[in-house]
Amino acid sequence: MSSRRSRSRQSGASRISDEQIVDLVSRLQQLIPEIRSRRSDKVSASKVLQETCNYIRSLHREVDDLSDRLSELLESTDSDSAQAAIIRSLLM
Amino acid sequence: MTMNILPPNSSAIKTRFAVKFIQAMKRLSKRRGMGDRYKRYRATRAAACVSMASAVGPEWAWSRAVLRKIKRRRLLRQFRVSRKRRLIERTTNPRQNLGFGQEEDLRGLVPGGKGMDYCSLLSETAHYITCLQAQVQVMADILHRSSP
Repeated sequence: MSSRRSRSRQSGASRISDEQIVDLVSRLQQLIPEIRSRRSDKVSASKVLQETCNYIRSLHREVDDLSDRLSELLESTDSDSAQAAIIRSLLM
Repeated sequence: MTMNILPPNSSAIKTRFAVKFIQAMKRLSKRRGMGDRYKRYRATRAAACVSMASAVGPEWAWSRAVLRKIKRRRLLRQFRVSRKRRLIERTTNPRQNLGFGQEEDLRGLVPGGKGMDYCSLLSETAHYITCLQAQVQVMADILHRSSP
């Protein structure tokens, strides 16, 4: 009796976490522009992970590029104008 | 740059991030030793990533990992720990993964990813992506507004 209960609890727990994982993977798919419009049953989990990695890398590159361009705001010898520009952007 | 669908309270996080990031940039603009272009770029990028992690707060493992790393980096810089020792510290950290390529790659890309179970990794990744998207949007916005 106890062994039956523990077996069903174990299979129940693993069933839930499989569903959880499928759900989480499809949520990820919705975030990735490359694959979000495809049907989730047509995109493998491995493909979703792969595209996720590519997407994160491209977002990191965008952050790098924007950081580089924004860092020029720090360059101005007239610190007042750089600060003024930043403050202006906050107020608008 | 792609505009993406963000969760409903994304404007709150974008505002919190924008305020912190601009405050950090103001502090940086007053700092000496910013003549080096590469240093300025590194400092700006660090300010952006820390500001976003700080805006998110300790609720997520990835943001905690970012804030821990910055704290550690500042302490190490204070005590001038050698680069060699820092490299050794990094490579001896235990890894947890099933050995599939993509999962391992993902763990390397998400802050704190190496110590997470698979389920957490997936949900942390989703949140991390939405925050990166918000960060990019706000940074681009600030950039466009600050150019004459």
